[in-house]
Amino acid sequence: MLSLIVFLPILAGLVILAVPSSQKQIIRMVSLLAAIAQGVLAVLIWQGYDASLPGITAAAGGAPEGSFQFIERLPWINLDLGTMGSLNIEYFLGVDGLSITMVILTALISIIGVLSSWPIQKQVKGYFILFNLLSTAMMGCFVALDFFLFYVFWELMLLPMYFLIGIWGGPNREYAAIKFFLYTLFGSVFMLLVMIGLYFSVTDPVTGNHTFSLVAMASQENYIKDAILGPDNVMWRYAAFIVLFIGFAIKVPMFPFHTWLPDAHVEAPTPISVILAGVLLKLGTYGMMRINFPLFPEVFQASLYVIAVLGAINIIYGAFCALAQQDLKKMVAYSSISHMGYVLLGLAAANTEGMVGALYQMFNHGTITAMLFLLVGVIYDRAHTRQIDKFGGLASYMPVYAAVVTIAWFASLGLPGLSGFISEAFVFVGAFSSETTRNVAIVSVLGIVFGAAYLLWSLQRMFLGKRKPDAAYDLEVGADGHEHIHFHDWKGKLDLDARELVMLVPLAVIVIFLGIYPMPVLGMLTSSINKLVEVLSPVVMTALN
Amino acid sequence: MFELPSGAEIQSIIATLKTGVGFFIPEIYLSVLFMLLIVIDLVVKGRKNNLLSAVTALGLAGGFYFIYQQHLLEAGEIFFGMYVLDEFALFFKYFFVLSGILAVLVSVADDQLNRQARSIGEYYALIVAMVIGMIMMASSADLLMMFLSMELVGLTAYVLTGYLKNDPRSAEGALKYLVYGAVSSGLMVYGFSLIYGLTAETNIMKISAELALHGYDPLVMMLASLLILAGFGYKIGAVPFHFWSPDVYEGAPTPVTAYLSVGSKAAGFAILMRFFYVAIPHGGEPFQDIAGMDWLSLLIVISIASMIYGNVVALWQKNVKRLLAYSSIAHAGYALLGIIAMDELGTQATLFYLLGYLLMNIGAFYVVILISNRTGSENLEDYRGLGRKMPLAGAALTVFLISLVGLPPTIGFIGKLMIFSALLAKGSVFIWLALIGVLTSVISLYYYMLIPLNMYLRESQQPDEGKDATGMVHRIGIAVLMILTIYFGLFFKPLLDFAKISSSMLGMTIY
Repeated sequence: MLSLIVFLPILAGLVILAVPSSQKQIIRMVSLLAAIAQGVLAVLIWQGYDASLPGITAAAGGAPEGSFQFIERLPWINLDLGTMGSLNIEYFLGVDGLSITMVILTALISIIGVLSSWPIQKQVKGYFILFNLLSTAMMGCFVALDFFLFYVFWELMLLPMYFLIGIWGGPNREYAAIKFFLYTLFGSVFMLLVMIGLYFSVTDPVTGNHTFSLVAMASQENYIKDAILGPDNVMWRYAAFIVLFIGFAIKVPMFPFHTWLPDAHVEAPTPISVILAGVLLKLGTYGMMRINFPLFPEVFQASLYVIAVLGAINIIYGAFCALAQQDLKKMVAYSSISHMGYVLLGLAAANTEGMVGALYQMFNHGTITAMLFLLVGVIYDRAHTRQIDKFGGLASYMPVYAAVVTIAWFASLGLPGLSGFISEAFVFVGAFSSETTRNVAIVSVLGIVFGAAYLLWSLQRMFLGKRKPDAAYDLEVGADGHEHIHFHDWKGKLDLDARELVMLVPLAVIVIFLGIYPMPVLGMLTSSINKLVEVLSPVVMTALN
Repeated sequence: MFELPSGAEIQSIIATLKTGVGFFIPEIYLSVLFMLLIVIDLVVKGRKNNLLSAVTALGLAGGFYFIYQQHLLEAGEIFFGMYVLDEFALFFKYFFVLSGILAVLVSVADDQLNRQARSIGEYYALIVAMVIGMIMMASSADLLMMFLSMELVGLTAYVLTGYLKNDPRSAEGALKYLVYGAVSSGLMVYGFSLIYGLTAETNIMKISAELALHGYDPLVMMLASLLILAGFGYKIGAVPFHFWSPDVYEGAPTPVTAYLSVGSKAAGFAILMRFFYVAIPHGGEPFQDIAGMDWLSLLIVISIASMIYGNVVALWQKNVKRLLAYSSIAHAGYALLGIIAMDELGTQATLFYLLGYLLMNIGAFYVVILISNRTGSENLEDYRGLGRKMPLAGAALTVFLISLVGLPPTIGFIGKLMIFSALLAKGSVFIWLALIGVLTSVISLYYYMLIPLNMYLRESQQPDEGKDATGMVHRIGIAVLMILTIYFGLFFKPLLDFAKISSSMLGMTIY
């Protein structure tokens, strides 16, 4: 099941390879079918998922069964290394509460991504092959439970992303693409070293061999005491934690490693922005929750305050930057940085409320930001500009668009009744109830105020009032005597067309529904989060020593 | 006074030689092939390039059979300890014959070479001669034999580099290669003579025993190691013995560049490993007194300098061949890391790395040749928009470059993974070396990606000049290399097992 959901897109990519490049519609349909099939599988997995199993670590006895679900475990490489024991790499997939939410999110965003790729005309064949490769890599990252396999998927994302930004991007795409590539690779090469170090430090409790299994690595009793990343080697454990954290933080992106994100977003085509903000950024925080924190819990406990402060900087700095932007897409990009800061703050709270809030915020941010970028794409397609002050009074001319924008904008600023509110509330509840992060949380609340400021201000400038003299569109008096909007070379429907509605309405429904009744998602993740909090708690650590 | 050997002694010498010949069949076979090629060239007297290349490729492929037969033989010394046959040597025999076949394949692809060279005959003969030389480098166990085999490789390489007689860059490269080669050979021979002065032996196993028995002056040993490293370092193209490589790589016919970058470099690694592992093993009991400053420290310095210098200088290159030349300096640095680990895992990692480098670097040069057939240029500027005009070549080159960076799922990633694993398996001593290794590979990403950047992200200035004229053979050729690069990145067990078996060397006292 999981193999299918991971490799369906790549199969679609192979099919597309055989289709002649002139058959654009077939290529699009194949990709869409693969994405929908992925969605169906995600729903099936969701239906079959038992929310009471904890995940994170192995069940009693060291086996992942009974803790993880939908496990697929095959030996991949078994190599005798003589005196060094043997090299064991497994093809090991499985889901728990952390990953199932992300699997559903990825499947959803993939469908949206394919739909929003429909208007792309340049090298359609190449585009969808790369898109499908990216889709496989993202899904693979979320379900891989072997560090080696995770790393392969993690790195596999970079090349398609590089080309997708680099070929189909805006005017400054070369710079943005290589910057993205270099930043993420810089983060991940350290991960490679930590991965090797962990391999030599951890043994599988069942077989006794060294292992790359993340499940085995998540239990501190599986570490060899004097190994390079074993409990005795405090200095290297701190170093490993820090470089892993930086590697994941680059993806989040966390201040001061965030500068690639605005560039990448501004240059990327709309669907890639959606994927980037909707799924890729989550891989950073997912990596922290799956790998970085549970593998080094004592270092995590020691650095809670630092992580919280970094989260707060993200929240407030991102909001300030967003406030200053003239380019709507850049504003949304910085709002992403700000919102990912809440995730970091929730994680730093290190209690159930905070962590649940963090994971729920990851899901909500995925859906909300996907909407934001789609909406930016809608107006950019029509007006060929994203400058906020080139618009004005749009609400009277594009009422449906204005309504959807309002939902998305308000969800983003955390209005009660919409999903963003619940996750942010949980984050703050968690952060206030933790002694360490309380002060930071108080400061971070300011972020909500600034968030409201830039969102409302942009809404006001673009949608309220009248057309500005230098606006990116004209007004014409139609046959019915009313004024109509007119974009210079836009032939399509002026307000949202059917394809755009198909993408936006489901997202809006999800955002509203999960704002009123969050239990479908929260119910799935609580037992895993409880387990994670337990693994990370200082009590467990002291018991081990 | 020199005494004439008695009859019985002569009988025994002849008997030893006769047994030795039985262990020497692949080399003899290749020598016959070498002469056959010259004869064919004389007989057909025309430009029957296809015939010659086919005979060479098939002939070399036939060599696999004779090498395979050697697995049945016991590892041992032959010709009075001049030459050895062991798993390590067998690995390199396969390696060099394979690299020879690939060199023939890329030579066939190169229009420039086939147009310019008046008679292609000696060209293929020289390629075979170089295979023989490299095999002998990997199997020599005696200082004299080591020197002779290195000269055989060197001399054929000088001629091959200058094979484009009408191209001044080719001549310049050949001359530079010759001059640097002569100097480094001289230094190496001086180092050999110091070793001989210390031990009065030329066989590396006897040298080792002698050093262990009587000890030595560390200062002299240090000097000798440095001088010998100059010779070996020149072959592997490591800093500071790299000065020849950018000019030679740029000037030489591209197939020769490809061949030198994998073959001659690997031969350098083979001889370096055998000499230092066997003759001056580091870390064994008798040598603990000089653990402070020795050849291992020298290798560490060379390796770091190569990784940093090669990768950083490559950033500014505008010519793809030159760019790959600098990157090959960096790759020498990475492969050295495995030797520095000084254990079975490290040796295995280095051997695997060389295999991976063979695939991906020949592949990259292969595509460079096909592209230059079309554009007549190796400048980065002229790669603009090629990704769309030559889709297969573009995709393949991207895969090879990704592999050279060391990203999964390619063989280059597994190579780097094994190298860094070997370092980290030693505990925390070599972590900083591994750090330099990974950081420099981030640098390498930038310049390697310049090529796909030009191919895919930028549009060509010239109008499209028609269809892709690449022949079917070469399409299949690059496709196979590309698929192997990915396949062995996912299922690398057979190659790693092969590298593991091959890491045992005759007369080695470490591990």
